[in-house]
Amino acid sequence: MNPAINTAVGGGMAPVATTFFFYLLGGLAIAGGLAVITRRNAVHSALSLIVTLLSVAGLYLMLYAPFVAGVQIIVYAGGIMVLFLFVIMLVNVETSSKERQFNRIWPIGLVAACTLLALFMSAFTKGKALFPDRMVTLAEGSNTQQIANMLYGEAGRMGPYTFAFEIASLLLLVAILGAVIMTKKKI
Amino acid sequence: MPNFIMSYLGSTVTPGQAGNQFWALIYVLIIFAGVSVAVMAMNWLERKSLAHFQIRLGPMRVGPHGLLQPFADALKLMLKEDIIPAEADQFVFWIAPLIGLLASFTVYTVIPFGPSEAVSDMNIGILFMLGISSLAVLGIVVAGWASNSHYPLIGALRSSAQMVSYEVAMGLAVVSAILMTSLNEKGTGTLSMIGIVQAQQQQGIWFIFKFFPLGFLAFAIFAVAMVAETNRAPFDMAEAESELTAGYHTEYSGFRWSLFMLAEYAAMIAVSSIAVTLWLGGWMRPFPNLLHAPAWDFIFSLFPGLTFGGLAAIAVLGTVRMPSHSFFKIQRFGLAAFAALLGFIALLLLVIALAGRSADASLAARFSEGIGHVYWFMLKVAVFMYLFIWYRATWPRYRFDQLMRIGWKVMLPISLGVLMLTAIVGVIIS
Repeated sequence: MNPAINTAVGGGMAPVATTFFFYLLGGLAIAGGLAVITRRNAVHSALSLIVTLLSVAGLYLMLYAPFVAGVQIIVYAGGIMVLFLFVIMLVNVETSSKERQFNRIWPIGLVAACTLLALFMSAFTKGKALFPDRMVTLAEGSNTQQIANMLYGEAGRMGPYTFAFEIASLLLLVAILGAVIMTKKKI
Repeated sequence: MPNFIMSYLGSTVTPGQAGNQFWALIYVLIIFAGVSVAVMAMNWLERKSLAHFQIRLGPMRVGPHGLLQPFADALKLMLKEDIIPAEADQFVFWIAPLIGLLASFTVYTVIPFGPSEAVSDMNIGILFMLGISSLAVLGIVVAGWASNSHYPLIGALRSSAQMVSYEVAMGLAVVSAILMTSLNEKGTGTLSMIGIVQAQQQQGIWFIFKFFPLGFLAFAIFAVAMVAETNRAPFDMAEAESELTAGYHTEYSGFRWSLFMLAEYAAMIAVSSIAVTLWLGGWMRPFPNLLHAPAWDFIFSLFPGLTFGGLAAIAVLGTVRMPSHSFFKIQRFGLAAFAALLGFIALLLLVIALAGRSADASLAARFSEGIGHVYWFMLKVAVFMYLFIWYRATWPRYRFDQLMRIGWKVMLPISLGVLMLTAIVGVIIS
């Protein structure tokens, strides 16, 4: 391997073994997802869910969206899953894992799963018509800036998603206030 | 093969770019070894300093002034019986220390020890770092749960509540520092750790002094939150020995327990590195823009050698002051050898600094520059590591409700206010 060739390539990060990593991360995500619904112990399920979330973060990285991947790790794997585990540990896992499951909603689940499968199959077979025929070239280095431009707008103009973004943040604020009001008797 | 390696030394590719896997691998190995040695040294220093804070001697028996104590401790931990409680969740118990260790060591891939002395230059560097270090809490929570015992579970719950609370204030403080990078002449912000230090260099100011007192306030909030994040005194509620025996790692023994300790100290170095990178100018020596004459460069490049020379002088002093009883013969010889080793390193560094002075593009000049970067970075981190010990010796432990009150009712509002004011001041000035 000659460094001169490498520096010639070195304008951006050249992807390495893309196919291998895609199948590795995808397989991990699926295996983790299966473990979430098959484990009887809730803590094991939560840990499997973390594996799935981290693999999905890796897939975002492969799609040249490092900012989304970082946020996925911080918000889901580091924040929400810790709270999940926090709650699971407060309930008695030992007894709840031995109790008989009396819900009978598996037919609905089956229907939902079949619908999703049909959707994926149709997307897979009609892929050429649905998606652009080549990959969009993205500047990996400015992913964060591009997201900021989309959300907040650039050069004094509103971005395409500014309104939706602000509405979503307002919704979250209302939810936070609601949670505080419901838990606090006296404010 | 030598040609291949030399061509890499001569090339100018920055880390993280394609074609630099070679350097990345070498840096990973160096960092792994270096952090492990630093943790051992920190272990010795902590025991010695705490002892001296309390007018005790600390470890004195194993090696001169207990210098070999960390090695003895490591050997003991390796040989200890590895106990897994019968009622514990075997797999989770086994994997918990590894989660913490992996999280603590993965963050080192983005820590910039210098402009090209880093494993990689990710464009989401600081975000990656916060994300991975927030995974470390999983190791603690899961360890406490898998032990299937009351004290570890309480310790884990306390720890997770504490870390989630302080992460919010910490994140907001970090955001206000990132905002400051976008207020330079070009107007481009960055999340890259290397880019953040370069922004400080371009603006000619450490972010701790920028928009005084805003930068300082953000730094202070981070400095408090990072102690809470790493579960160190006075925020070591998770392992409060007077209340919970040892907290989340009560049931762990031997090698697994040492992995927890390794992860804790590695995380301490990692968060200190974030603070140094964001607010204290990272690898930059003092006044790089003001005192930029070659003579000043040379004077500052002597510092690493002089530091090791000073350490060697202390070791020589210790050798001279050793009691002249025959019991101390071996110890005296060992300390003299240690002094000689330190002196040799000092000499080597001074020779590199002198050789790097003459020719600008020579290998020695590159080495000298790189040593300078790593030296100043590590010196700043070392100050924080000493502060961690100092806190532990000085302050009593907080009560848990006090801890939560400070986190949510003091730190969070202040960091929100600092963030807003930073944005407002930045818009007004630029």
